[in-house]
Amino acid sequence: MQDTAPTAGGVSKQKARVSRLMVSPSVLLLLLWMVVPLSMTIYFSLIRYNLLYPGENEYVGLENFRFFVTDLGFMAGMTNTLLLVGSVLLITVVFGVLISLLINLAFWGQGIVRILLISPFFIMPTVNALVWKNLLLHPVSGVFAAIWQFFGAQPIDWFSEFPLFSIIMIVSWQWLPFAILLLMTALQSLDQEQQEAARLDGAGPWALFWHLTLPHLARPIAVVVMIETIFLLSLFAEIFTTTGGGPGYETTNLAYLIYSQALLQFDVGLASAGGLIAVILANIAAFFLVRVVGKSLTDKQ
Amino acid sequence: MAATKVTIGTVNNGDMIRMQGLSDAFEAEYPNIDLDWVVLEENVLRQRLTTDIATGGGQFDVMTIGMYEAPIWGEKGWLTVMDDLPEDYDKEDIFPSVLGGLSKNGKLYALPFYAESSMTYYRKDLFEKNGLTMPAQPTWEQMKSFAKTLHKPDEGQYGVCLRGKAGWGENMALITTIANAFGARWFDEEWKPEFTGPEWKDALTFYVDLLGNYGPPGASSNGFNENLALFNSGKCGLWVDATVAGAFVTDESQSKVADKVGFALAPSQKTDKGAGWLWSWALAIPVSSDAKEAAKTFITWATSKQYSALVAETTGIATTPPGTRASTYDNAEYLAAAPFAAKTLESMDRADPNDATLKPAPYVGVQFAAIPEFQAIATQVGKLFSGALAGSMSTEQALMGAQSITTREMTRARYYSK
Repeated sequence: MQDTAPTAGGVSKQKARVSRLMVSPSVLLLLLWMVVPLSMTIYFSLIRYNLLYPGENEYVGLENFRFFVTDLGFMAGMTNTLLLVGSVLLITVVFGVLISLLINLAFWGQGIVRILLISPFFIMPTVNALVWKNLLLHPVSGVFAAIWQFFGAQPIDWFSEFPLFSIIMIVSWQWLPFAILLLMTALQSLDQEQQEAARLDGAGPWALFWHLTLPHLARPIAVVVMIETIFLLSLFAEIFTTTGGGPGYETTNLAYLIYSQALLQFDVGLASAGGLIAVILANIAAFFLVRVVGKSLTDKQ
Repeated sequence: MAATKVTIGTVNNGDMIRMQGLSDAFEAEYPNIDLDWVVLEENVLRQRLTTDIATGGGQFDVMTIGMYEAPIWGEKGWLTVMDDLPEDYDKEDIFPSVLGGLSKNGKLYALPFYAESSMTYYRKDLFEKNGLTMPAQPTWEQMKSFAKTLHKPDEGQYGVCLRGKAGWGENMALITTIANAFGARWFDEEWKPEFTGPEWKDALTFYVDLLGNYGPPGASSNGFNENLALFNSGKCGLWVDATVAGAFVTDESQSKVADKVGFALAPSQKTDKGAGWLWSWALAIPVSSDAKEAAKTFITWATSKQYSALVAETTGIATTPPGTRASTYDNAEYLAAAPFAAKTLESMDRADPNDATLKPAPYVGVQFAAIPEFQAIATQVGKLFSGALAGSMSTEQALMGAQSITTREMTRARYYSK
């Protein structure tokens, strides 16, 4: 044993060195891939860089950051981002659980219903937004307006009266299927014998749901929350297509604010500063999410 | 020899779409030039063109720009100077005010495709039915009383349609002319914005009140094209917008109310200075283009008398691109076919970019201020004003916001250096 150990160690050390050498090009490439854009963004955020004044790129320190956080749209952008992510998460998780429980029961036409429920997820966000904007919510020619008028009510002008709520509705419609998909598959692996045993012990449907189903769904729910948060923080297409961030700043989130500064006001410096602030915020969110999700994943072992 | 490809970026207004439709005639005449069209909505077009030209992208050979961009971009050396025009082009025929708006320091940077002012469109039949008479130039106060009478939302008829969609070339163009009429201006002589003054407050309150109460639902997302569609389908009693719409509202193939439209000057209020705007959509060649000769051949064709004749021949003389050439208005046949022509010419004559506000202003432009910062400022201000229209903030909040945004941007641009 004693003379094999060092050789084995030596081999593995050598092996490790070789494998490190082999992966280093890709690691380097990945690093460049990440570092170059990041350092360019940092550089841009420290200079005065407006596309309309080429050549006037003097160093301005943290001026861009100061102007970004004092922008009228900044507080609105932060609140709207949180509201959007929070409410879409709440809606998709709650309704996702309820709907997946419902379609988990055997009924006639189950397959078709499941496909129909999942299909919104496969529609492109832009198309989704256009359909909602022009076919459903339009105050003059939309389906909702027709229904309202049928009952003699004044049609609602959704995008100017409830702009943020309309966006939440559109996005939830798109992401609910994702939650259903994950939760439905999780439900299928629910231990039937355990359920049976609990039922024999006299547990009602509410107790079954609370003590068996919900704990079983904790992990998929955590995954839904994490993945949706990642995508919803950078929500853009739906806002761009429907309201353009307005009216006022009602539907401007951070992603849209940065877009408008970079491409509507042509202020690359300011937008880069905004981008960095958004990266920091996303990292804070990710830090907590990973902890929470990681906890729920390990707790159940 | 391979054909030279000319990429043209243009806006989705009716006249440009017609130009695209007629490009076969051009390609037949110049078989070694291929035209490649990029037709976009106004706000998107501006964004694409500005980023392309500012970064020297060279994606476009021909750009559709206006009186705001031409002098600014020209001065920066981004556009090719339009000299050595062909003999038969007859530059003298083009109105001097239009050429002036597209020039800087005596150099012409773009050729005008069409030019416009703004005017009032109204429904003669509805006015008659309700016993109203439209004066040659109404005041905004009168417009409001007309709108009140004509507003019957239950019948799908709205008193007045106006631009509400955010954008410096959308709602801000119209709101600035209203503000001018109310005696307001963008900047005082020290380049300080004046949104907290009484004139802007009156103007914005009036606009929000008028369009909010007597306009169509969803007005805060209507721009030129949306309002044109509403007016053409007979849903608006009044409309104040570009004179170029005259050709569309009187065209029977697309307007239900073609024979019922009346024309008046854009409304005045305290003053008639700056009540109607002045704009020209023009074609320019960026210096980054790699097909300058071919591009020039195209734009001289598209803005020539020959093109006007071609349009007259294919879609009727009333659809001739308006507002650029004196010869168009000397043509009795055109004046007879285009009932809006006389008012267009009068409105354009009245608009003076160098004297557009009641109090003196340091900037040039009727519905804009010809400084590079204006685009960024008015984009944000337009957003706030559309918010005020939609009721998501009060007019006071919108004006305070506008004041602080404008001050910020002007500070950043170093206008108030100590």
